[in-house]
Amino acid sequence: MASETTLAYISNNLVYASMLAYTVAMVAFAMSFAQGRGRSDSSTSVSGAAETQTAVGSVSVDVLERTDVESEPGSEPGRRAGNIGMSVMWLATALLLGAVIARGLSAGRVPWGNMYEFSITSALGISVAFLVVSLKRDVRWLGMLVVIPVLLTLGTAVAVLYTDSAPLVPALKSWWLLIHVSAAIICAGAFTLGAAVTVLYLMVTRVDRRVAAGEGPGWFGSIAQRVPSADRLDQMAYRTNSFVFPLWTFAVVAGAIWAESAWGRYWGWDPKETWAFITWVVYAAYLHARATAGWKGHRAAAIGLLGYSCFLFNYFGVNLLFSGLHSYSGVK
Amino acid sequence: MGRRHCVDAYLGRRFLAGTVGVRLGPVSDTGIDEASAGLTTQPESDATSPTPAGIGVSGWLRWAWRTLTSMRAALILLFLLAVAAIPGSTFPQRGTNPVEVSQYIVRNPTWGPVLNRLGMFDVFAAPWFAAIYLLLMASLAGCVIPRTRLHWRAMRAQPPAAPSRLSRLPEHRTLELECSPADVLTAAETVLRAQRWRVRREVVESGESTWVAGEKGYLRETGNLLFHLALLALLVAVAAGGMFGAKGQVIVREGSAFSNTLTQYDSFSPGRLFKADRLVPFTVRLDQFRATYQEDGMQRGAPREFAADVVYSTGPGTAERKATIGVNEPLAIDGTKVFLVGHGYAPTFVIKDATGKVLLDDSVVFLPQDGNFTSDGVLKIPDATPQIGFTGVFLPTAERDPVRGGFSSFPAPLRPEVFLSVWRGDLGLDKGTPQSVYRLDTSSMERLGLKNLKPGQTWTLPDGLGTLTFTGVSEYATFNVASDPGSGWALAAAVMAIVGLSLSLFVRRRRLWVRVPETSPDSMVEVEFGALGRSEAPGLDQELDSVVAAVRRAVKGV
Repeated sequence: MASETTLAYISNNLVYASMLAYTVAMVAFAMSFAQGRGRSDSSTSVSGAAETQTAVGSVSVDVLERTDVESEPGSEPGRRAGNIGMSVMWLATALLLGAVIARGLSAGRVPWGNMYEFSITSALGISVAFLVVSLKRDVRWLGMLVVIPVLLTLGTAVAVLYTDSAPLVPALKSWWLLIHVSAAIICAGAFTLGAAVTVLYLMVTRVDRRVAAGEGPGWFGSIAQRVPSADRLDQMAYRTNSFVFPLWTFAVVAGAIWAESAWGRYWGWDPKETWAFITWVVYAAYLHARATAGWKGHRAAAIGLLGYSCFLFNYFGVNLLFSGLHSYSGVK
Repeated sequence: MGRRHCVDAYLGRRFLAGTVGVRLGPVSDTGIDEASAGLTTQPESDATSPTPAGIGVSGWLRWAWRTLTSMRAALILLFLLAVAAIPGSTFPQRGTNPVEVSQYIVRNPTWGPVLNRLGMFDVFAAPWFAAIYLLLMASLAGCVIPRTRLHWRAMRAQPPAAPSRLSRLPEHRTLELECSPADVLTAAETVLRAQRWRVRREVVESGESTWVAGEKGYLRETGNLLFHLALLALLVAVAAGGMFGAKGQVIVREGSAFSNTLTQYDSFSPGRLFKADRLVPFTVRLDQFRATYQEDGMQRGAPREFAADVVYSTGPGTAERKATIGVNEPLAIDGTKVFLVGHGYAPTFVIKDATGKVLLDDSVVFLPQDGNFTSDGVLKIPDATPQIGFTGVFLPTAERDPVRGGFSSFPAPLRPEVFLSVWRGDLGLDKGTPQSVYRLDTSSMERLGLKNLKPGQTWTLPDGLGTLTFTGVSEYATFNVASDPGSGWALAAAVMAIVGLSLSLFVRRRRLWVRVPETSPDSMVEVEFGALGRSEAPGLDQELDSVVAAVRRAVKGV
């Protein structure tokens, strides 16, 4: 018992330590953006705009997708800050991994039995997904938009959702906890990445439009010149979301199978189920919108973000606002 | 003509020759147009159908059907479906919480009835909700059926001829090889067939053909169609399950049993087409209910384990079998499942009249009111003259508070205690109106006294009414009994949907050509390779590289 308490204590402190490290990483990523601001905004943005215009209503083309970030390493400003951000990101993620493992050991089960644990594990999932991608390609430009949701998730977990480490209530004792909830955690991570890229896409297209109209690049100018082209971002967002959609379908179906064995029905329009359904429908609309004339681009991106907000609402709003069968938050 | 506007649902962006044209400038290359034709079933234009003018009823119907099956309509219906589901989570629903619905209507006398008439408390059974998803399904069917026909044709069609200039394709390679053109094409054909491409190589009348074409990834559209058909199947399975299935709830005390017949249920909701003779005959007896709770820490009192040890048989004369029903472990008997959904306390009492005649010797179900199982219950003794009744509160772990009075501080029976009031008068059982067994109608009764008892204690009732002994505590379990003949089909449909969806999102449709010049000046042949994929076809470059390498190896081995 004593060692379990100690482990829970260690876990809590590791979460704080990782939050500190993520904050440092966030500052570093912010600096790498800020340093990019000094450069003339002409080259990247204009070429980006040109690309967007040629690709209107059609598709992006792989050959044109190389971005400035990738093509001129070393010379770009803010690179060092970005590198520091990445290193600190690794450290923070290692600390968070330790926290999640210690938490699981202290409770003697998978570390996602309540909202607090789900949150810290999701934050870990988002970070790991980002770092895995970073091994293959240069995604430092995405760091800022990954670290912000991670910090927000951890902050909410610590401040609002915290629950003492404890064994599970009977309804959660099932293999489906492992399957259903881990699928939901991966979805949380990937939906977040998809939404982050979509936000960048909207920023970059805004800059492109301003530049094309002969105005200055505006607020997002310095961001736009440090990230891939609008087309490339749009495609990345689509790929991420189309990867998550079947997984989300699976998470919902796995939840239904579990609900059947725990509550005696596979679908009962519990608020959580209702919002999982709404999220699913909105992402389905997103995929359809991408194939419909007049809905591609901006509108599809907006639908994608709407889907992400439904997902977030399903997670936070439903657990905290409505009383339903999914009231496992442990928050009092 | 864009016949079907719905086409290419879910699968993102079209890949059309026009794209290549945009990228390369205004030059039109009919060869490439042809090469990419049918690579997707996307229509050329998915603008809304023009409104018909003066074409009569049938024309309007055609127009309506086309509009309904358009992608745009599907998109709007999806949004409507999402929006329509929201009140189902914000308002209490009759299906899950009928008590809260009536409370809501009482609390909101102005808006409650209006919302009720709009179906806001029964969203998922409301006609307007059904209208949306039925329209969506009609739209889906109207889209999937013609696409299935198109896909069937495409599956049996040959890959198209090589475009005139392979260098205009998104992926292009050239390779110099030292062998005859025919050998190169034969090698390419072998390689492509080994890699499971559909291969076309025609012998042209003038002699040898100069190209080999390959196509791959038909499973993409197959998956897409499978996904949409699976959604239709899922809807049918859910509807059938709801119509032919039934579910009921029953409370079983320790030591007692229930049989799967209509009269034994506390509540029963059959589907519209359910027949009572479809109930599977069985009897379940609850031997013991076990519960453990967190004993310390912040979550003290949180449940940790529930289990109901039961003995069941499937009819008279059949062997009895033991089983344990847990929270995630229902008992399945011939397609009917028994789920453990709740539990509570049933204190046991012995009531005797003044002469010593036993009026009641049984456990009585008390309904829990909070997480620590402060429970309310009543006892009705119609055989006493005059009739007597008791209202009571049972506390598994009794605690006293100057403000709240008696309350329970822990869900397990650590210090059980019962507070009873005795009433005398007319129980109202003979009026013919149905009465809840959990409520005492005290309108024509008078209260005579109040007493708290610990197990084993006896209360001598006032006015010589007799005695009541609180003999002990037993538990009861609440079971949901459900038969849903559609659930297996629904699961199968859901699995099909996931498989189809994964295929449609991860398989890439692509085409590949290998060409040699018609005549070769010397022994060196310049071989051209080109590949064309849909926009979201990552990895096409590596795939083409591997084909090039394999052809080179094959030729060198010749």
